[in-house]
Formats: sequence, structure tokens, C-alpha cells
Amino acid sequence: MSAIETRGLTRYYDGLCAVDHLDFEVRRGEVFGFLGPNGAGKTTTIRMLTGLARPTSGEARVLGLDLAHDLPRIKRRIGVVPEASNLYDELTAFDNLVFSMQLYGVPRSERKPRAAELLERFRLAEKRDAPFARLSRGMKRALTVAAALAHRPEILFLDEPTTGLDVASARGLRQTIAGLRDQGVTVFLTTHYLEEAERLCDRIALLVRGQIVALDTVDGLKAQVQSAMAVEVTLENGSGGSETRRVVGEDVAASVRTALAQAEEDGWRVLAVNTIRPTLEDAFVQLTGLGAEIMRAEKGGKGL
Amino acid sequence: MLSDDLRGMWAIMLKDLRAYYLKPPNVSWGILFPFAFVLAFVIRDPGNLGGLVPGLLALTLLFGTSSMEAIVITFEQQTGALERLLLAPLRLPALLAGKLLGGMVFGLVTACVVLIVALAVFGASQVNWLLLILGMVLAAAAFSAMGALVSVSVKEVFEAQTLANIFRFPMMFLGGVFVPVTSLPLGLQVVARVLPLTYAVEVLRVATVGGERSVAIVGLVVLAAFASVFYGLASWVLARRVA
Repeated sequence: MSAIETRGLTRYYDGLCAVDHLDFEVRRGEVFGFLGPNGAGKTTTIRMLTGLARPTSGEARVLGLDLAHDLPRIKRRIGVVPEASNLYDELTAFDNLVFSMQLYGVPRSERKPRAAELLERFRLAEKRDAPFARLSRGMKRALTVAAALAHRPEILFLDEPTTGLDVASARGLRQTIAGLRDQGVTVFLTTHYLEEAERLCDRIALLVRGQIVALDTVDGLKAQVQSAMAVEVTLENGSGGSETRRVVGEDVAASVRTALAQAEEDGWRVLAVNTIRPTLEDAFVQLTGLGAEIMRAEKGGKGL
Repeated sequence: MLSDDLRGMWAIMLKDLRAYYLKPPNVSWGILFPFAFVLAFVIRDPGNLGGLVPGLLALTLLFGTSSMEAIVITFEQQTGALERLLLAPLRLPALLAGKLLGGMVFGLVTACVVLIVALAVFGASQVNWLLLILGMVLAAAAFSAMGALVSVSVKEVFEAQTLANIFRFPMMFLGGVFVPVTSLPLGLQVVARVLPLTYAVEVLRVATVGGERSVAIVGLVVLAAFASVFYGLASWVLARRVA
């Protein structure tokens, strides 16, 4: 049984198609990623699969249950970490976890020990009695993940889990996500960060304008552009500035000519020219038709 | 499923009481504001102190339940905290009922403070306890549901506060708290007859100082109807907003 299956999943907002007939499957125990720019439909897809938004058409099954008819039973078995860390400011870290477990029916005798265990696991034990409002951004994120795991869900949905976090917090969270696979938890995450997707995900779906343009393992996606090579040119301008540009294509000579012509047109001096194997970024550019700068510009770069 | 809903309602009620209601500003507002208003009228007409007790109880219930109720859901929608409840395995009406219960409990507790003071001053010999309890609970339910309907109908907290006051302050003067409804101009009497506060005052008056039992029974039925209608509308509006 798959963890998630969708057939023709579609969502319109005021005539605008946000998610366009998605067909995909997430296997049990895998870390599955949705990678795409803003407005691609990633968050809308998670909202539909978790019951926060109703599909306009199409169907989905989560853990073998019909999304349209068995939503309360689905909700008992999934955990969700939304993009915003949205626990209760007025409650302490400990009380937020206990409240979360109350909502999901964790037996009373288990709540406090489980909350203490989660605080230890997420290195928040010292902040047990601190109101959520007073935690740092990284701690808030960690606690939000802990709250989503408190009732031991079979699937964890994470929407942009490391956005806005510092290096250490982001790294710690990625380690936690990687560890969930070992525990048999299926993870469905959305991200802007190419490196994060490459590092964490067993399979990735590239989402553009509500449609999946490619779905495969990281190596599989790279293999789709294997015939292409990336030409990387390092440039400098007259006043000490430098930059690196990449051109991807099947004809290396043509790519070199293109890169050199662009540099000359822009008034840059070429310092070095290298050819390299395609990365996930190259695969993304080739398969989606979008520039990699779009991904970089939206969320502050290549990750941390 | 029912057990999920009941458990969720209970958890939400306790969480709201702890996070929002049991804060000093809310407690003081819920108790002192009605007292202050009634005191103003008592100073003007000291002989009517006993007659103002039902209105004072009703006002305390109105402000105690609806002051936070009118903004809690809007506030949680803005902060994203409402999503946590929407993701939980409980149905939307149960989620809303949990919210209402928080306001009701707070309103009833603050009204009981007022009641204890009133009983200490005037004694309890005339009190119809069953009617009093039913009247207070149904009034709290109606006012809390009204507050919830306001909260789900707007997007900003200040809009919720403004809308709630647009309903509450005219109600205060038309609902029979300070002057009998029958002494109002005919047009305003008609308006008073569609206000839940009017029926709360009538039920609590019969319960505390005596009067026609039929008036109280009609009042209880109407308060139950207001509570049901406001709750139903709030559920419907919230369901449309989150879909």
C-alpha cells in the first residue's frame, strides 16, 4: 500500500489553477520532495492532502484511506509542520506538546513523559517552561516539528521546513528528517532549496505552475540531462567584481561559444572555463525551463 | 469520532481558558465593567439597586463571554494557530464548540462572582435556582455563540472588536438592563425583541426577584434558539472560510 496516491488532483482559486491534475505516488517509508518555485502549487498540494483545502477535482488516498470520505481517520495518522511555526505563543514549550497530544488522543499517562522525551530529543529541555513566543526562530521550528511528531504519525508533511533558519538549526532539522526515514516514517516535504532536496529526498517531483514536470530519484533526474554538460565560466569586470555563469547544453562547443559571447557582450573578462557533470540544479533548469536564479532569488540563495 | 470530538472540545476549552481568558485584564474587564455601568445608574437612582441585579448578571455574562470570544478565532487565524486545530482529528463543529465552551465558562465564572455579591447583599430567599442556572447557561451560550459568529466573519482583530461593540453597546441600552423594555418607544421595543440580552434579563429577573413563569420559559426557548442559530451560522461561515 502506498503512503499517498493521487489521481488528477486539481485545485482552482478564483479561476486560477494552482494545482493541475497531479498524478503521483509516495511510497511507504521514503522521503519524498516537492521542489519548485513560489506559486508552483507545493503548499496547495500539502493543504489538500492534509484536509486544509478541498480539491476542486481529482482524488487522493492517504495510507489507503480516501481523502474525501475518511479525513478524520487520516488526520489521526499524519503530522503536519506548516511553513509558519504556529504553536501557541501563550503556552510553554512543554504545554504546547501536551496540548498537541491531547488533540490527537495520546493517552494521558503518556503525554508528559513523551513531551519530556521530545524536548530532550530536540535539545529544548532547557526551554521547557519558556513561552513559545520567547523561543528563537530555530527553537520554534524545532518545537513545531516535535509537536507534529508527538502522536507518532505514520506520515509527516513538512512545508519548507528550513526556510529562515540559521545554519546550525537547519542542519539539525535536516538530520532529524533524515532520521525519521530510519524509524519508518514517511516524509513528504516541500522545499525551495535544491541542495536540501538532493541531500534528503529519495525521490523528487519538480513542480512548475501546478504540474509535475519530472519525478524521479536524484540520480534519475540527473540522468535525464546526462547527455548535457554544464560549461562554467568565471568572469571578472574591470573594477574587481567577479561572477560565475553556467550554460548547459548537449553541444559543449556551442555552450562555450554562447558563454563567451554573453561575457563579451556584457563587458566581462573570462578568467576560466570548466566543463562539469550536470547537477540537480542543471537538471532542474533543463527539465523545468526555469532559470536557477529564480530559485535562488526567492529564498535567499542555495541554502546554507 | 465522537470521542475525538469530545476530547478535542475539552482540550480546546482548557487551552483557551489558560491562554486567553484567565488573564488579569480579561478578569477585570469582565467583572468591573458591568459593575461600573450599574453603579452609574445606582447613583442616579439608589432605590432601584435590587432591580438592577438581573441586568447586572446579564451584562456580566454578555461581556464576560463575548469580549474574548469575538477575537480569539480571528486572532488564531491571523497567527496561523487555528490551523493546528483544523489539522487535528476533530470535526469543525466540535472545534467551534470547544471555542464556545471557553467563553461560556469564563462568562459563567465572572457572573457567579457578581451573583455571590448580590446574594450577600439581598439574600437568596426569592431565587428560583433551577431557572437561574438554566438562564445563565443559555444566556452564556447565546452570547458566546454571537461572539464566535463575529470572530469568524471578519479577518482582522480590530474589525472583530468593532463589530462586537456595534452589537453589544446598543443591546445594553435596549435590552431592559437599565430601563424596562415597555418604557421604550414602540420602534425600539420591536428592536429589543430581537436582542438576546432582552430575554436573558427577563429570565434572570423572574429567577431572582419573581415574575411570570411563562415569560421565563419563552425567554429560555428564545435564548436556546439564539445560541443554536448563532452556532450554526458560525460553523457554516468557518467551514466556507477554511475550504
